[in-house]
Amino acid sequence: MGPTALQQEAKAENMDWSPIWISMKTASLSIFITFFLGILAAWAVVLIRDGRLKMILDGILTLPLVLPPTVAGFFLLYLFGVKRPLGKFFLDFFSIKIAFSWGATVIAAVTMSFPLMYRSARGAFEQVDPNLTAAARTLGMSEWEIFRKVLLANAIPGVVSGGVLAFARGLGEFGATAMIAGNIAGKTRTLPMAVYSEVAAGNMDAANQYVLVIVVIALISVMLMNWAAMRTENRRR
Amino acid sequence: MENSGNEALLEVDIRKKLKEFSLEIRFSCGRGCLGILGPSGCGKSMTLKSIAGIVTPDEGRIALRAPGMRETGEQILFHKAQKINLKPQERRVGYLFQNYALFPNMTVEENIRSGLSSHAQRKGFGGGKEKPMSREQQNARVDEMINRFQLSGLENRYPGQLSGGQQQRTALARILAYEPQVLLLDEPFSAMDTYLREGLRLELAKVLSSYEGASVMVTHDRDEAYQLCDYLLLLDNGRVLTAGRTREIFQDPGTCQAARLTGCKNISSIERLGAHQVRALDWDGLVLTVEKEVGPEITSIGIRAHDLEPVSDGEGINRIPVGNPSVTEMPFEWYVTLENGLWWKVEKTIHTHSSAGVIPEWLVVQPEAVLLLRDE
Repeated sequence: MGPTALQQEAKAENMDWSPIWISMKTASLSIFITFFLGILAAWAVVLIRDGRLKMILDGILTLPLVLPPTVAGFFLLYLFGVKRPLGKFFLDFFSIKIAFSWGATVIAAVTMSFPLMYRSARGAFEQVDPNLTAAARTLGMSEWEIFRKVLLANAIPGVVSGGVLAFARGLGEFGATAMIAGNIAGKTRTLPMAVYSEVAAGNMDAANQYVLVIVVIALISVMLMNWAAMRTENRRR
Repeated sequence: MENSGNEALLEVDIRKKLKEFSLEIRFSCGRGCLGILGPSGCGKSMTLKSIAGIVTPDEGRIALRAPGMRETGEQILFHKAQKINLKPQERRVGYLFQNYALFPNMTVEENIRSGLSSHAQRKGFGGGKEKPMSREQQNARVDEMINRFQLSGLENRYPGQLSGGQQQRTALARILAYEPQVLLLDEPFSAMDTYLREGLRLELAKVLSSYEGASVMVTHDRDEAYQLCDYLLLLDNGRVLTAGRTREIFQDPGTCQAARLTGCKNISSIERLGAHQVRALDWDGLVLTVEKEVGPEITSIGIRAHDLEPVSDGEGINRIPVGNPSVTEMPFEWYVTLENGLWWKVEKTIHTHSSAGVIPEWLVVQPEAVLLLRDE
């Protein structure tokens, strides 16, 4: 074993696991929030009959997807900064400083992954035969019942794949996170941040390891959700 | 439309602007089935959806009446002027969709049960809300429907695993379990293979005749309309062409469009030659004697293919020369287009492939079989 190999081994042992832990926490909590928010928003937009209102609302809800992440992050900072209305509100009333805290990574991930969830869910809802919802209404089912038993139940594959996309987006979130949460080691340094930092510092080996972890997590989650979607489909054939 | 000797249970008088035309329809119907017959896209389905509350008309009124109550017990489903527009959930209307709209994620049993748990939404006559059904009552109702529609053994199947006929029975079971005040049937056989239709029509006829309330069926198939509907309303481009008893409308459709909708293929404009004699301008000036008097409003005549009979010679009234016809072979019929343009058909067996000897030189039509038609 040459000296370089020894050095590498030492580095690997000293590898900072916190970005993995932080990313897992952020991605899990944010997909949980995004999943429900996205589905509810999609339901609300599907129920709106007024075409113009629908278009405007859809535009606003999709905005983070089409904006550069740093610009979205800029807006978040504008809202949640310590001297900004929302940030000040949280600081004054709950003594919580949002910007550059761990919570900020969740806010960034939710904001950026929300449009993917919302759009996938809306698409999936609109694919459901409108006669099914009409039939449900004539059978006296309440709108909430129709949402659960008819709309959501028949849109599951589309909704789940939207969830996969949103999870991946949340896990990979970089730009907006950098703006509002920063890159504080052990606090807001998520995996993508860690990869960036290590490469910037010239530690390619450490970066390699983080990259490997990201690839494995992403692959496993995508396959798990695909498998779940396939199973619900097969059951009814 | 007046159904003599049958009190009105459903009254509809609505107008709605659609993309191509505006729908303007008014009718009332009592117990028994009213058929709305018309070409595709004439506003038939829109009428049913308005009654069910799935779409909202621009103007007008829709009202339901409980059987046996003449004055009281009227329930307004929609009234533009009074700003009444009940939600579909509150209308208690049974809607059989073209594709049956069974919930693919629910089993047969769950589909039938789906309308039962939500009785709290339903308004009875007089506006009071009904009590929700207990679990035992629901089970009893579901069992009753499964037996009545011969679905036992299929309770745990999903709709995707059922045949077309089983799907239709499940859809009917789901609707009738809910005890609707009116039945709406939207092209009930259009999603069905031809060989299944005959049997299912008989099944549906049984359901309709045992149903206490009013039912409205939309179709573009004249056989379906004739077999299942006591009364008929012909609709074209959003307007009512004619309405009345089904048999009477088939016997005397009155207008060209109505004749076409009831399946009359031979229609010609005419020149009036006398009170009972006309010249058919589209059939090489064929002169025909008709039984009814030809009034000034009569612009055309119609002859149903079935009313043309072969005859040996050209002596006598209403003899029609066959000339040099074009003949098309179908499995059980010859389609014959006469030289003068009239269309006729002759029955044959599946083993016959030659029309030699089948086509006569002359046809005859009885004067009473010639339909006198107005332009609309």
